[in-house]
Amino acid sequence: MIMWLAVVVIGIGTYLTRLSFIGVFGDREIPAWMEQPLRYVAPAVLAAIVLPAVVRPEGAFELFPAANPRAFAAVIAAAVAYKWRNVSLVIVVGMGSLWLLDWLF
Amino acid sequence: MVGRLEVVGAAGCGTVVKVANPVGGTVSKPDQRRQVFTEGVRAVAPLLLAVVPFGLVLGVTAAGSLIGGGLGIATSWIIFAGAAQLATVQLFDTGANAAVVVITALVVNIRHLMYSAALAPHFREFPRRSRYLLPYLLTDQAFALSILRYETAHDPVSKRWFFLGAGLGLWVPWQIATIAGVVLGAQIPDSLGLGFAIPLVFLVLLIPVVQTRPGLVAAIVGGVIAVVAAGAPYGLGLVIGAVTGVGAGVAAEQVGRP
Repeated sequence: MIMWLAVVVIGIGTYLTRLSFIGVFGDREIPAWMEQPLRYVAPAVLAAIVLPAVVRPEGAFELFPAANPRAFAAVIAAAVAYKWRNVSLVIVVGMGSLWLLDWLF
Repeated sequence: MVGRLEVVGAAGCGTVVKVANPVGGTVSKPDQRRQVFTEGVRAVAPLLLAVVPFGLVLGVTAAGSLIGGGLGIATSWIIFAGAAQLATVQLFDTGANAAVVVITALVVNIRHLMYSAALAPHFREFPRRSRYLLPYLLTDQAFALSILRYETAHDPVSKRWFFLGAGLGLWVPWQIATIAGVVLGAQIPDSLGLGFAIPLVFLVLLIPVVQTRPGLVAAIVGGVIAVVAAGAPYGLGLVIGAVTGVGAGVAAEQVGRP
């Protein structure tokens, strides 16, 4: 129930950010003090999601491939993402590497 | 019908009367609307190659996580923003507090403010109902395609129908991909570790935003702090990492200035 409520609140909040200037603030320019931090929301948030999920998936900090194959699979996937930027390819290579490393160790 | 008079602006507060649409008189015919709408759908079609796997991952991981398939599918029409939906699925699964999940998802979606500000001058000429309904369909893709199109299309009718085409052209496949993912996910055993697909998708989204030095600084600081703070209560680690990362990005930009 709490999860449904949270999703509805996120939905309303998201709609309001989309509506913001179109429906409410009108033609006003986005203020400079807001624009600068907004530029760094995407890199900061995405990295804050990716890195913990990769480096300490079970809560403990593990970098050895035997204990944490995800970190190694992620490095391989990152190289593929950098070179090709193709979602499907990165998922296939990343999951494939994870399964291979799981099988090897 | 040439050069139609239009009343724009919110009623009661400095209503502006302006001449709009000097060239687009014939565009308001239904068949031309359909044509512009179709152009919007066509423009978004190549992007589905990236969007459909993203939606599949969302459905598959939702089905295998605490949030479940039903709510996973609901996020696609209630939230309709992939990155925020994936973050929601992952955070709930790691046991984060609901308030933290809401804050994180809204921070992920705050970029829509920029899109909304950029589109506002174009949407101003739309009928009131469109101005309130169309923003629901505002995504990274619909924004990028529309703002490009608006450089050459100047009549409000074309602008409106193109946006609707691009918006719905993404919305419908997104819903189908999520449902397909949930159906698929129900048959995939947890032992395959498909939850790992979430950081993989984010990894692809991360590449273009770390191409500048301050962007890279924001990502490194945000990521490292989030790792260090991952044990924080209520799943606050992500928020702490994100806020620090944004601060670091801003600081790096100041330092980099001559």
